[in-house]
Amino acid sequence: MHELSLAASLFEILEENARGYKDARITAVTLRVGRLSGVVPELLRSAFDAYKKGTLAEGARLEIVVAPFDFRCRGCGGTSFREDPAAACAACGSKDVELVGGMDLVVEKIEVEVEDS
Amino acid sequence: MTRKDVLVQKDLLGTNKEVAAEIRKELRGRGILCVNLLSSPGSGKTALLEGLADRLKGRFRMAVIEGDIETERDAERIRARGVPAWQITTGGACHLEAKMVGKVLPGVPAAIDFLFIENVGNLVCPAGYDLGESLRCVLLSSPEGDDKPAKYPQAFATADVLILTKADLIPYLPFDPAGAAREALAINPRLRVFRVSALRGEGMDGLAAFFAEALAAERAARA
Repeated sequence: MHELSLAASLFEILEENARGYKDARITAVTLRVGRLSGVVPELLRSAFDAYKKGTLAEGARLEIVVAPFDFRCRGCGGTSFREDPAAACAACGSKDVELVGGMDLVVEKIEVEVEDS
Repeated sequence: MTRKDVLVQKDLLGTNKEVAAEIRKELRGRGILCVNLLSSPGSGKTALLEGLADRLKGRFRMAVIEGDIETERDAERIRARGVPAWQITTGGACHLEAKMVGKVLPGVPAAIDFLFIENVGNLVCPAGYDLGESLRCVLLSSPEGDDKPAKYPQAFATADVLILTKADLIPYLPFDPAGAAREALAINPRLRVFRVSALRGEGMDGLAAFFAEALAAERAARA
């Protein structure tokens, strides 16, 4: 797996987003991880902990939201979320469904602590 | 001290996706069909490319980018078929990334029809990385077992084509090709399914014809 290289990208994004705040410290990071992303949340957490030392996110907690599979039905056009990648459409039962989500690896938001001026 | 939430909404793979989009645009502009081959190690990616090289020869020009953790061996096998090949050795990385392909591209001749990229043998990690390909093919060899689509859904969900390889071994194995295809299609109904034996030649002419059609369709879409 490549969680360590993903952690490197994560810290680039963190630095970029905290740069605008003077003396900011990042106290929390929320990450959305799709079930189909191939990423193991626990490994990503270990990589995050290994990486954060000496950065402005040193004291940050990582919140990982695991996103389910997201389908669109080609039959009825309906969308549904499911735990099974081979499931049929929840609305009409059609097997002709298309996976449209579940691959996400997105930094949703960060919490920053700034000195009061 | 004040705490505030900052909305970020940035994709961890965003940089890779941007580089991949540039590669796709460049290759499409040059009328080249780029194909990314994904599979476990040993499922027959290189043998498939050798078979395709023999069948596309004379009518089309192809080039191959080989991804492996170590050695130049796969590129040498492809060159022995008279096809230009570039080896990317990742030195441990479990997948190819778009920027690795981008580094090799300037050396790839402009006058080719197909660019095949053989990814690092791994049915998990390469699925998350767009390389700028127009077609993604996942290979599943009969000795691996027909349960792989259900166990490793990412690769099958993101592919356009499923190639069941080592078909010549099916009579000797408890491998159900129809069952494997059914499970893969349940995850991704758009998959085109092929059954081949690169060693014996079964199904290889049909696969070569499919790539020729896909190339024509790509060029027609560009015009």
